Amino acid sequence: MKTYTTRFGSLADYQKGTIDLIDDDPKRYAFSNIFEVASTSRPYEKVAVGKNRQYVVEAIRAEGTSEWRTAPHDEFALVMDGEVEVRLRKLGPDDIGPTAERGSNALPGTPGGPKMGRVIARRGHMTLLPVGAAYQFHAARPAVILLQTQDGPDTVHKWAEIIQTVG
Amino acid sequence: MSVTAPIQTGPGEANVDGYHSFRLGEFKFSRDEYFVYVEWPTGKHVMSADAFLRALQRDVAWQFFYGIVNFDGVVGTVNHYGTVDLFAGRYNDVYRKAELDHLENFSTALIKSTFEEMLDDWTNDGFDPFASPTETGSAFGIKRGNNRAAITRHRVTAARMVSMPGDEPLRTNDNGHPINRHFLDVPQDEPVKEAEPGFEAEVNAFNFFAYLSRSQVTWNPSVVSVCGDSLYCPTTEEYILPIIHGNDRVEWFIQLSDELIWQVEDRDTGAALAKVTMRPGDVAAMPADIRHQGYAPKRAMLLVWENADPDLPALISSGQLPSVPIVI
Repeated sequence: MKTYTTRFGSLADYQKGTIDLIDDDPKRYAFSNIFEVASTSRPYEKVAVGKNRQYVVEAIRAEGTSEWRTAPHDEFALVMDGEVEVRLRKLGPDDIGPTAERGSNALPGTPGGPKMGRVIARRGHMTLLPVGAAYQFHAARPAVILLQTQDGPDTVHKWAEIIQTVG
Repeated sequence: MSVTAPIQTGPGEANVDGYHSFRLGEFKFSRDEYFVYVEWPTGKHVMSADAFLRALQRDVAWQFFYGIVNFDGVVGTVNHYGTVDLFAGRYNDVYRKAELDHLENFSTALIKSTFEEMLDDWTNDGFDPFASPTETGSAFGIKRGNNRAAITRHRVTAARMVSMPGDEPLRTNDNGHPINRHFLDVPQDEPVKEAEPGFEAEVNAFNFFAYLSRSQVTWNPSVVSVCGDSLYCPTTEEYILPIIHGNDRVEWFIQLSDELIWQVEDRDTGAALAKVTMRPGDVAAMPADIRHQGYAPKRAMLLVWENADPDLPALISSGQLPSVPIVI
């Protein structure tokens, strides 16, 4: 019986695909690679790699401990490489909470609400970041998160740097 | 030619091979041992029965999906979300110029019920239109039984996230989802979840890749997590996408594992535009004015990311929104 090998990518080992143009402009495809983006990002920089009106998908380099963040809607963190601890707390009465209509914002310190718990997620694991909560990421070694969220105050748009622009 | 003709003719006598014929307006559909025949007032077309059934299965299961579902370069449907166009040659430059194209509009309920009957009648025992070619029996031959369990299987549409209490469940051996033969090496470990008392329902995570490794179908995006109108619709792909999808909005692909090759064409004429080869970690937008068909040499995990906002098709077709997601 043939044995199949499933290939995933990582910061240490990825091979970007290609666009072979016949009669089109490569910019229309906004073609990038999550690991390539994360390899040059600052820790916890929220770089949009997909955008569909107010919605974005962000590639995040997880390294060390992030600030606490909160959003006015659910978000979903999919670990694409490495291991990430996700810490969850409820917001306290004195916390600023979400400051924008969409996307997440940083909190000045540890939220005052009770601890909700934590998740230790490895490659392929998806974690709910629930509305009404605050979250903090921690990664002992560089890891990569793909975040399903909305375009927020800290979403970084640097499309000209990350996508294929010439054929 | 465009007409509105809400005429449906149900099955009459079966033909010599045991299959019934169907009519929708002025379209007529029939099949024999190997082929499906489509006729309309200005032309006729033939497709291999297995390719036709694989396309028909997606169109029915997806409720006509977003935009255009081309069964091939000639026949297909356009979803207007309440009504559906059935066309022949409308998105084929040669048919258009020869004025051989034809289009009729039907209520979604009418065309859906007709397609469901057709799919049921023409799918033989042992043939699963959702399965990869090497995981199913033959579509061909004279009529022999049915495969109702396969063609009516549940489509996953999570309300918040798979594995949440009351939402779509995880896949396990016990609920009929063994690990696919191409994904036997995918780790099945679950994340560590430590919830404080009272927060068990909200501290949640699951192994997304393991979940996909247990998919029993191919080319069937299913909703796994929801952020407003932002839908994560992962799918596992093997062999060829049985339809050519014409976009009515921007759609994004995120390659999670292995490799896919996309043939991209102009949505309206079929002119070749590009070939996109995607490898793990790659992200690509499919603009709203193209159509695409994917090829997967090995079963691959693809995250299809959709924006389900119902206003998008009108905003794009009216020019209020561009057909591309990013303008640099």
